[in-house]
Amino acid sequence: MSQTPPRTWADVPELTARGKKAVPEGLWIQCPACSASLFRRSVESNLWVCPTCQYHFRVSATQRIEQLMDPGSFEPMNVEMAPADPLGFVDIKPYPARIKAAQKKTGQNDGVQTGLGFIKGRKVVLAAMDFTFLGGSMGSVVGEKIARAVETAEDRDLPLVIVSASGGARMMESGYSLMQMAKTSAALGRFHDAGGLFISVLTDPTTGGVTASFAMLGDVILAEPNALIGFAGPRVIEQTIRQTLPEGFQRAEFLRDCGFVDRVVPRCDLRSEISSIIDYAGK
Amino acid sequence: MTKTNGYNYALPFEQPVIDLDRQIETLKDRADANSYAEELAKLSESRDSLLAKLYRDLEPWDVVRVARHPDRPQTSDYISMICRDFRELHGDRHFGDDPAIITGFGRIGPHKVMIVGHEKGRTTAEKVACHFGCAHPEGYRKALLKMKLAEKFRLPIVTFIDTPGAYPGVKAEERGQAEAIAVNLREMSRLKTPIVCVVIGEGGSGGALGLGVGDRVAMLSNSWYSVISPEGCAAILWKEANEETNQAAATALSLTARDNLRHGLIDDVIEEAPGGAHRHRQQVADRIQQWLVDQIRELRRFKGQTLVRLRYEKLRRIGAVARAE
Ligand SMILES: [Zn+2]
Repeated sequence: MSQTPPRTWADVPELTARGKKAVPEGLWIQCPACSASLFRRSVESNLWVCPTCQYHFRVSATQRIEQLMDPGSFEPMNVEMAPADPLGFVDIKPYPARIKAAQKKTGQNDGVQTGLGFIKGRKVVLAAMDFTFLGGSMGSVVGEKIARAVETAEDRDLPLVIVSASGGARMMESGYSLMQMAKTSAALGRFHDAGGLFISVLTDPTTGGVTASFAMLGDVILAEPNALIGFAGPRVIEQTIRQTLPEGFQRAEFLRDCGFVDRVVPRCDLRSEISSIIDYAGK
Repeated sequence: MTKTNGYNYALPFEQPVIDLDRQIETLKDRADANSYAEELAKLSESRDSLLAKLYRDLEPWDVVRVARHPDRPQTSDYISMICRDFRELHGDRHFGDDPAIITGFGRIGPHKVMIVGHEKGRTTAEKVACHFGCAHPEGYRKALLKMKLAEKFRLPIVTFIDTPGAYPGVKAEERGQAEAIAVNLREMSRLKTPIVCVVIGEGGSGGALGLGVGDRVAMLSNSWYSVISPEGCAAILWKEANEETNQAAATALSLTARDNLRHGLIDDVIEEAPGGAHRHRQQVADRIQQWLVDQIRELRRFKGQTLVRLRYEKLRRIGAVARAE
């Protein structure tokens, strides 16, 4: 009766379309959307977009920074910040073990990279989330680094760009995770008052607590084609309404048609889109 | 549902108390009840001490059950017990009126306030209309509209939090559930009027936080507040939600009032007498009222700007991070 549906990173399906890994290994890879056999390096040089069907593979924060920023311009901030385990959380595995495994897998301390750099010569503060780190879930580190990025943008009077990729809250930090939603949104409120420009870029997937906080608070909200964007995960909604969901539901184009995304932008155009918006709205 | 001593629905761990209650009732109902006075006194005493014992060391999962008790007072009940001259205000002026969130003017003690709270509904029809306390975007937008009205006239805002979570459905997504909550978080953080919040039952995730950004936040001692429900957490991390994994998840999530206070995520715990708010409605209402009156009196001394700064500093501090090795 009063069942709270799960609304966290693990609720997001592993893949955007049928297929295997998001960024697979090997010389040849198969597109999960159109099944075409693709030469790995040609997909890579195409910003991890399938040249045949324009399927956008998920990319890591490091790849995102490489794709978006002027070469060599990114200066990371707070790289040493790492998750604590304030609740001593243990499920079938202790949280510290999950953290260690994710750190080993990604080479990152947590699920977001933040820093200063240039996009087509325009200086910005950038935050790029990493879905491969515990589903891009927002714990204290993600919340704190985002809040600091917002404050840095405010202090230095720079545009702020956040590229979201997250399944939502990090359960293992429970209340701490929840409160990061309020903290990041409050920081953006101050940034807004200071007249700062915030460009929010939603990528596959952006759901749960990240969508319901900073990701939806952009002055301009861009989304990559076909990205899953929502509050509740599709499986939860299906369980609640006991119906299959309509085709295209919670995809970037759907969000745009509902009035919650300004523009759907293919990855290859993101740099020019962002720099153009900065020219219109930045200082 | 007029009975106030909680027999309409028995929580499993309360069964021994309910049995004693039945015995007491049986004796009381007898024509010759007077001749059993001594026995009655004894039974009442052991019933009370049993109840106190059970409620002293409730497991987190049992706290969740108490928080969901169908007879537990809701926002509308507290409004009628605490508030004088309540004037409900409907609608978000854009889409509709979500009954899952109640808003309106009211007087609490010496203060004129704006009240905003989740409502689950009592009858079946009400529950369906309220989606069992799961609000839609228009509910959050209505709440914000009325809170801004309060700010305009510097009325303090009182919120009652009691939701399993914001509604997860097709229409809710189409109308921007995430955006509605996000905007509430941002705007509540900078409303230039005092905001005091009480978690009266369930504090389910973003749907709860959407009314929960305040200068002072308290939880009733048998309420829960967390990023996800125990069942949701169990289903994901334990791969299955059952009695055992729900218990484990409820414990792991640190969702009780005391846990949240210990971690500095809330400011206060309002104690319910042993047996919970569904047995002690007026007493719990009185305690909430006292707490609200005290907090508002204190907060009214601050300028709006100061409140906003202090509220931000409070939020800004929340987080536990380490340095990488
Ligand atoms: Zn393809």
